[in-house]
Amino acid sequence: MKSKRKFQEQLVLQSMVLPALLALLVFAYIPMYGVVIAFKDFDITMGISASPWVGLKHFKTFLVDPELWNVMRNTLILNVLGTLVCFPAPIILAVLINEMPTGRFKKTSQTVSYLPHFLSWVIFAGLILEMLRPNGIVSDFCVKLGIFDSPVNFMAKGSWFYMIFVIASLIKGLGYGSIIYVAALTGVDEEIYEAAKMDGCSRFQRIWHIALPSIRGTIAVMLILQIGSILNTGIEQIFMFQNVMNIQFSETLDTYVYKVGIAQGRMAYSAAVGLLKSIVSVILLVIANTASKKITERGLF
Amino acid sequence: MKKKKISLFDWINSCLMAGMMLVMLFPFWYCVAGSLNDGSDYLKGGVYLWPRIFTMANYQAVFRDKTIFHSMMISVAKTLLGSVSCLFVTALAAYAMCRPHLKGRKIYAVFMTLTMYFSGGLIPYFLVIKTLHLYDNFLVYIIPGLFSVWNMIIIRTFFSDLPDSLIESAKIDGAGEYRIFFQIVLPLSKPVLATVMLFSLVGHWNSYFDSMMYTSSMSLQTIQLFLKKMITDPGAASGLASSAAMAIPEAARKVTPQTIKLAAMIVTSMPIICVYPFLQKYFVKGMTVGAVKG
Repeated sequence: MKSKRKFQEQLVLQSMVLPALLALLVFAYIPMYGVVIAFKDFDITMGISASPWVGLKHFKTFLVDPELWNVMRNTLILNVLGTLVCFPAPIILAVLINEMPTGRFKKTSQTVSYLPHFLSWVIFAGLILEMLRPNGIVSDFCVKLGIFDSPVNFMAKGSWFYMIFVIASLIKGLGYGSIIYVAALTGVDEEIYEAAKMDGCSRFQRIWHIALPSIRGTIAVMLILQIGSILNTGIEQIFMFQNVMNIQFSETLDTYVYKVGIAQGRMAYSAAVGLLKSIVSVILLVIANTASKKITERGLF
Repeated sequence: MKKKKISLFDWINSCLMAGMMLVMLFPFWYCVAGSLNDGSDYLKGGVYLWPRIFTMANYQAVFRDKTIFHSMMISVAKTLLGSVSCLFVTALAAYAMCRPHLKGRKIYAVFMTLTMYFSGGLIPYFLVIKTLHLYDNFLVYIIPGLFSVWNMIIIRTFFSDLPDSLIESAKIDGAGEYRIFFQIVLPLSKPVLATVMLFSLVGHWNSYFDSMMYTSSMSLQTIQLFLKKMITDPGAASGLASSAAMAIPEAARKVTPQTIKLAAMIVTSMPIICVYPFLQKYFVKGMTVGAVKG
């Protein structure tokens, strides 16, 4: 009698997790199995299992793909530049916010700094592109300052793409990225600061010797995550800034997978490129994690 | 209270913050000014801070346009249905995952967290969507996103802090698990549910890639995808302006592709801008909890 009740109770509980597990099975695990098409000559009419195996053919094609170097160069430059600029900036902002006296001005600064994160990439990129128009404010300003003699269409110059992309990411992510560091900084014991003040520590010394070392762990974890996603370029973001004039500079692995796979219909090849990207990302993540554990004794796993 | 001396550092810091706020807010202000300006006049340039020739024609055109209205409705439906159903499925799973006698709890946890690190990638995912006939179907906005591991972790953290005695005493009174979930746990968890709901609402409202990737018919496109086309494809924007000119002849000269696009952008960002200042503390809380746990 009692065991029957227990069994029923268990059924009820299982029914609560079931929808979640099913959703993951269908939309996360079945696609993982679907990766096998990277090793097959996939024909959509035959289905995944009936398509013939071709081994590493698609990977070999990728290595001699004339687009390969272009795509890799753009992906790496955008990410390395992006990391150099967008990684330290939120840390600096967090330290500055932490140094502000509590009050309305501090609160407003924080609120305003998060705002761009909550606008969609469509809107935010739309705002930026509007300012970069040939007779928009940025071009006018440059002409007035004498940097250019005539109005410039920034989006028509392919080589400007990197800079525009990185600055846009910086503005959009700056405030939001600082939240986690501000949270870590408020956890630092107030007494340490007071003691340092007594000993005649200057503002900069306090930042350098107390604030930054105390959030070292958080910085390490964020850096590992950043390195693990070094081959990712937000596809929604890229597509907003990409045009025919800058395609040579704006085609990245993500957009290439989309274009080849969906627009040209070479699904197996595109899946192979995607798989290669995931493998490299996981390897990088593990390397970064090991390095961080050696240096700061903190890691993600 | 002793009055503190304002040091040079504080001055520079305040100036930096003011500059930062200017950079964050100015693009928006610039486009609001443009959207309130006469269309053909705007093309001459030089409208930076205030509209030179004020007009509401661009906004009238946006509100009268049937395509914009339809895409807005699709976005609203997608956002509301998608967020509510995701919250429901996720909270239910989070509750069960907190119950110590759920069999297979450890395996389920591994099953869930693995998906945070590995994925099949774009193309295999696309094939699943196609096979299930979700392609170009409104349900593609809802069903694949029914469960979010990330949100589950946030909600579970909150649930597991609720006192056990609460649930146990309800059980002794004969309440079933569903009853406990709906009548005791959910009402007590409003703060965390609000946080997760907000993240989900903003995410749904803002995304355009799902609409671009998994739908093809115009009747299913979201407002973000519609705007994306207007911004990146000049032809799309001029089509909109000419249809606006047909609808409101007296406004024909006042509306150009440029300005109507700006007005549409401002209207689309309004839900976020209006709601954001009041709810941002929830966002920040959610971000910190998620970061600490993850």
